[in-house]
Amino acid sequence: MFEIRWHGRGGMGAVTAADVTASAAIKAGFYALAFPEFGAERRGAPVTAYTRINKEIIYDRTPITNPDAVVVLDPYMITSPKVLAGLKEGGYLIVNTTREPSEILDQIADLRRLRIAVATVDATSIAMNILKQPIVNTAMIGALIAATKIVSLDDVIEVVRERFPERLAEINVNIINESYKLLKVIKQ
Amino acid sequence: MGKVVPLSGNSAVAYAVKSADVDVISAYPITPQTTIVEKLAEFIANGELDAEMIHVESEHSALSAAVGAAAAGARVYTASSSQGIALMYEIMFIASSLRLPIVMTIATRALSAPINIWNDHSDFMAVSDTGWIMMMAENNQEAHDDIILAYKIAENPEVLLPVVTALDGYFMTHTTEPINVIEREEALSFAPKRKTWFTLDPDKPVTMGALGDPQWYFEFKKQQYEAMKKSREVIERSIDEFARVFGRRYNAVEFYGDENPEVVLVAMGHVVGNIRAYLNKMRSKNSRVGVLKVKLYRPFPEDLIVRYLEDVEIIGVVDRALIPGSSSPGPLHSEIVTALRKHEVNTKTLSFVTGLGGRPVTHEHIGVMLSKLSELKDKPVSELPREPLFIGVRE
Amino acid sequence: MSSRLPSWKELPIGAVILEPGSSRRYKTPEWRTSRPVINQDKCIRCRICWSYCPEPAIIEADKPYVTSANKRYEISYLIDYDYCKGCGICAQECPVKAIEMVPEVR
Repeated sequence: MFEIRWHGRGGMGAVTAADVTASAAIKAGFYALAFPEFGAERRGAPVTAYTRINKEIIYDRTPITNPDAVVVLDPYMITSPKVLAGLKEGGYLIVNTTREPSEILDQIADLRRLRIAVATVDATSIAMNILKQPIVNTAMIGALIAATKIVSLDDVIEVVRERFPERLAEINVNIINESYKLLKVIKQ
Repeated sequence: MGKVVPLSGNSAVAYAVKSADVDVISAYPITPQTTIVEKLAEFIANGELDAEMIHVESEHSALSAAVGAAAAGARVYTASSSQGIALMYEIMFIASSLRLPIVMTIATRALSAPINIWNDHSDFMAVSDTGWIMMMAENNQEAHDDIILAYKIAENPEVLLPVVTALDGYFMTHTTEPINVIEREEALSFAPKRKTWFTLDPDKPVTMGALGDPQWYFEFKKQQYEAMKKSREVIERSIDEFARVFGRRYNAVEFYGDENPEVVLVAMGHVVGNIRAYLNKMRSKNSRVGVLKVKLYRPFPEDLIVRYLEDVEIIGVVDRALIPGSSSPGPLHSEIVTALRKHEVNTKTLSFVTGLGGRPVTHEHIGVMLSKLSELKDKPVSELPREPLFIGVRE
Repeated sequence: MSSRLPSWKELPIGAVILEPGSSRRYKTPEWRTSRPVINQDKCIRCRICWSYCPEPAIIEADKPYVTSANKRYEISYLIDYDYCKGCGICAQECPVKAIEMVPEVR
């Protein structure tokens, strides 16, 4: 079982990111669940979403408390205790930020102790350059799969092409490819 | 067989309704049901489903229109949640008494107040006395399959009763999961449209919904009671046939866990899955525990429940609805206690009320319930709590 | 009246009534305490009684009538006493007071 927790704000697309990732895993023959932390959706309010991926059927629908990977869509959320809560030893922290992974490691002491692989990408700039809007979800999917290889780039791109209208799909495919390429990782 | 695709619970339900080739859909939007009917509207707009979508001004009208359409001989579908189901209450009795085989999904949700859009079983339990066959799914594949199963059962000439198929709001409705989609041809060969009930036809006129005075009313209630009783056999046959055709079996009651359990949690809906996951995680501890899933709620499969529970030391019934003032404020607990008493089974029972208003039933909660049961299993009945234990509430 | 009503096993399901217009068999003359009687001489054939009758138990008959003042009408309004319940609405609404409510004597 591989569990991913997504942290963002309403409008960034965290729920869609969780869903696209699960859908790509299902396409690859895995069992997967994706679900949001259900709130009254408001633009700007903190949003949490979950993706569970497994070889066999998943029964558990409880919120993910010990994720293998945490994806942070909003750079300002990184210091929130909710974001890092329960992250597994040896897990992944993937952050949308202009900073280097080493800076994040220096900022948060627990990350070295827990041997967390830290990955960063400037998803906001990628989204602004290509989409012209600060919707960073697809960039962060690219970052997640570049760091963890949990699903293949091809499967994700196929889901995006099925999910979005043609023009928007191609924009997002470019974003994913760009983010996949630009991601910086420090594995411990 | 269909292909496996990622779908949300609500989409999974909508795809099944499409495959059932319904003629009329009548509904009013309410969270968390809305996206079922939205998806169906999309199918109709795209020409993938040839059905009449009736836009109404309330859930009361939604079910009224469904009653009218079913009376005219259409295969009808509707869906709602929470306050919407409460508003349908009056018409639910009419649909079942007129013996119209409507299928309705309840995307289960708490009832106000305070306003709460999240999941529990308040709405489902509130309409459990309206004469509908009622079943609840544990996962989205089951929610998808239940639609096809429901039409098969509802339209059986020995039954002719409306059916509720429920899935848990958000925990299922808004969760993406792999779904093996039943295609139209498969659905219609399993559940062909059989217009065996009386319909409104100008060439063969009948009167529906007439007065039944004290000389007549009682007989129709007895008829309805017998039809519901008879439906158990039809449901069992349909489950068997579904398993044969599609390779997926959904028993009215399903046990999971130790072969010879002394402690059992009884639950409905997605929480059954959470308990399975917890038991799998704890399997190494080799304890004699299990979970009994109740899928079919009306007609209540008491014979099966008694068979599974008669040799168990103690059970905890997990209710996600609350009836203040009842001798058993957990409605599922109430049914189970009645069944055990009727069959003179002395299994000890505890009532747990948990997960109201969308509060997740976590592994921690499940652990608390199981340890409470282990702690009390050797105690005499006189020392067991008579009131429900509220799990996960702030004291 | 039939001596034995059908059991629940014999009735069509859902309380459906299979015989169209079966309510015609249900006659209500004994509901009346008084009966409307139309004075065909006074009646101006305005149709108001016909349109107001809730049953409807007023029949518009193709039955010519010549009044005492020698006026000829092609139709006559008649009361269907099988279904008239004696409510008196026709008498109340008649603009020329051509309908009289006469006590039923049984």
